[in-house]
Amino acid sequence: MTQENNSRRDFLLAGIAAATVAVGCSPKKSPFEAGADEQVKASGKKIKLLSVDGEVIEVDEAFLKPVPHLPPVSNTEARIGIPGKKFVMVIDLSRCKNLKKCQSACNHAHDLNPGENWIKVDSMQESEDTAPYWEPTTCMHCDDPPCVKVCPVDATFKRQDGIVLIDSDRCIGCRFCMAACPYSTRVFNWSEPELTAEIASKPYSCETSIPQKKGTVGKCDFCADMTRMGELPHCVSACPNGVFAFGDMNEDTVTNGAETFRFSDLIKDKAGYRLLEDLGTKPSVYYLPPVSRNFPYESGVENDKIQNK
Amino acid sequence: MENSNSIASEKIISDLLPQRFGKWGKIWTGFLIAICLVGLFAYYRQLRYGLVVTSMRDYASWGIYISNFVFFVAISLVGSLITAVFRLAGVKWRTPLTRIAEIIAVAAIIFASIIIIVDMGSPERFYFLILYGRVQSPIIWDVIVITTYFFISILLLYYPLLPDIKILLRFKENTGKRLYKFYGFIGSFWKGTPEQFKLSEKAINILCITIVPVAFSIHTVTSWLFATTYRPGWDSTNFGAYFIAGAFLVGAGAVVVAMYVFRKAYHLEKYITENHFEKMGRILVLLALVYLYFNVNEFLTPAFKMKKSEAAYLTGLFSGDFAVAFWFAIFVGMILPIVILIFKKGRRPLPVFIIGIMVVVGAWFKRYLIVTPTLLHPFLPMHDVPASYHHYFPSWEEWAITSGSLAGVCLVITILTRIFPVIPIQETIDQQHETVK
Repeated sequence: MTQENNSRRDFLLAGIAAATVAVGCSPKKSPFEAGADEQVKASGKKIKLLSVDGEVIEVDEAFLKPVPHLPPVSNTEARIGIPGKKFVMVIDLSRCKNLKKCQSACNHAHDLNPGENWIKVDSMQESEDTAPYWEPTTCMHCDDPPCVKVCPVDATFKRQDGIVLIDSDRCIGCRFCMAACPYSTRVFNWSEPELTAEIASKPYSCETSIPQKKGTVGKCDFCADMTRMGELPHCVSACPNGVFAFGDMNEDTVTNGAETFRFSDLIKDKAGYRLLEDLGTKPSVYYLPPVSRNFPYESGVENDKIQNK
Repeated sequence: MENSNSIASEKIISDLLPQRFGKWGKIWTGFLIAICLVGLFAYYRQLRYGLVVTSMRDYASWGIYISNFVFFVAISLVGSLITAVFRLAGVKWRTPLTRIAEIIAVAAIIFASIIIIVDMGSPERFYFLILYGRVQSPIIWDVIVITTYFFISILLLYYPLLPDIKILLRFKENTGKRLYKFYGFIGSFWKGTPEQFKLSEKAINILCITIVPVAFSIHTVTSWLFATTYRPGWDSTNFGAYFIAGAFLVGAGAVVVAMYVFRKAYHLEKYITENHFEKMGRILVLLALVYLYFNVNEFLTPAFKMKKSEAAYLTGLFSGDFAVAFWFAIFVGMILPIVILIFKKGRRPLPVFIIGIMVVVGAWFKRYLIVTPTLLHPFLPMHDVPASYHHYFPSWEEWAITSGSLAGVCLVITILTRIFPVIPIQETIDQQHETVK
């Protein structure tokens, strides 16, 4: 359990650092703002902070300044991935009632065009006499990704942390990857994406996948920007039923935000499997079968009609 | 060819010199240019608004552009069939057909490259293929072999032209000033010395040998764009041979159509004889039989098993949405040509010409059926997408661009046959001398 404690403290520290920076802490200039050392009058109200050395210090509130958003990582860094990580997702089908909160959160976060979904919730039924169930699908982030194999220009690539990403500045729009993906997970920007001025002005990064670009392919990116910050992908935190669990294979832990599981135990106890295993693509997304369900299949039918008339 | 034995060299030359367009030639060229312009306008719209102007969407992510690409690559294969295979096999009667075949090959391979750029979502990044190309992608293999094939085809058209250009340069008054300059630019170094003939003969032989594997590669690699994926209908080890067989058939079909048209338009009855149609008819039967065999192979065994992942795709072809096109391609593109061409009467020029058209049209639909139905039958259900994504029927822009590219091929053929002799003059004269001796 020490491992988990460590990561929790890392998480806390990272959170504080991201929220504020104590100007008085260091004699060095703030790397983010040129005028950080300008004179500020003390307000007299002290705030306790944890210093980089692990000591609790008191700093006047007036010396605290909000930190601007971290600039996106360089393209080279984004292509390498986060060292030492191997991301994995577990989707528990027994908890899904097709609420599609995952989908709307994902669409919002990545500013997808209307009609475009990176997450789809399929209504599945293997055969006439088997029970229907809801199956959310994301990019499988395969370890042997067919899309990466066929890409002629290295626009889609596999990172060392297991995430498969697309570089929209590189993509030539040949759509061979879409034909190659057996999970039909990839979508295409057929027209100029409708972007708000705020999104359009953001610098493009293949970790955030925004702003989208006309004539290029898009897909679920496992929210690489969130994972870099030590946070959960949007679909995971948006699901009220804890269907999605996300984590690190190397740590053998996955969490849906509320509960944390040992990945290997979860897969063993609940007979986890992967989609289209026989194709040999080695997905990073595991499924837990829809047994002892929390909701009947029918509870999701109404919601399905909105997109699938 | 007995009736042509007595033709004198001068008569051959005056018969075969390129002619200025007559009334119909001008109308035909204008018609082609008009279609190309409409296609260009549609492409301008596509560049401006994106591929959204097509009917392609996330499931049917490839459409008639890709089918058309496969069609052009297939047609272009004929250059190697008639020029190289017949030459290496020592088939004498090929002489009047070689240049037609090579011109078709060059025109088709040019537009295969163009149409693949048209299909790209970001065509302005085309040079990325060279800058960032990764050898493991079958698209890069295709780029390499198609470029190679293009250059070999150009050379195979060019070298045998040199003696003819020397003849053309003798008739300054017949050619326009600019055309005369052009002939001089590309061929004035050719003096027709025995050394030059020896060199050229050697070069042509080398090209004929190299073009055969390259031609097989262009179409095999094109089939691999599909066969290297997991999808039902594409995941087939039969695909390379199946594509090659189809390509030889449609290429030969295109040649008989062109033979008939040029024979009529330029009054070449003495050179492209009924005998040529008779022989090409026999070849068409053989090629259609081979292609039919590969089709049986491609569909019978999966249909026997009806695997779950393939069942919807197969029933869609046999009796579903695509059944009309599927059976049309099989009957009109293969079975009917075989039945008609088996009879001697069926191998006369007009029937062979009509069958050539049937074969070409059937082949175009066949390429459409190879691309689209598979994409509309993915492994996971088509879900959470707008209803229009479940179907594919090309938009007017797609039809316009596709027609524009087909017209473009015809236009290149028309222009090349306006500039150069349709039938090799020098070779025909040489053959005359041989037979007279």
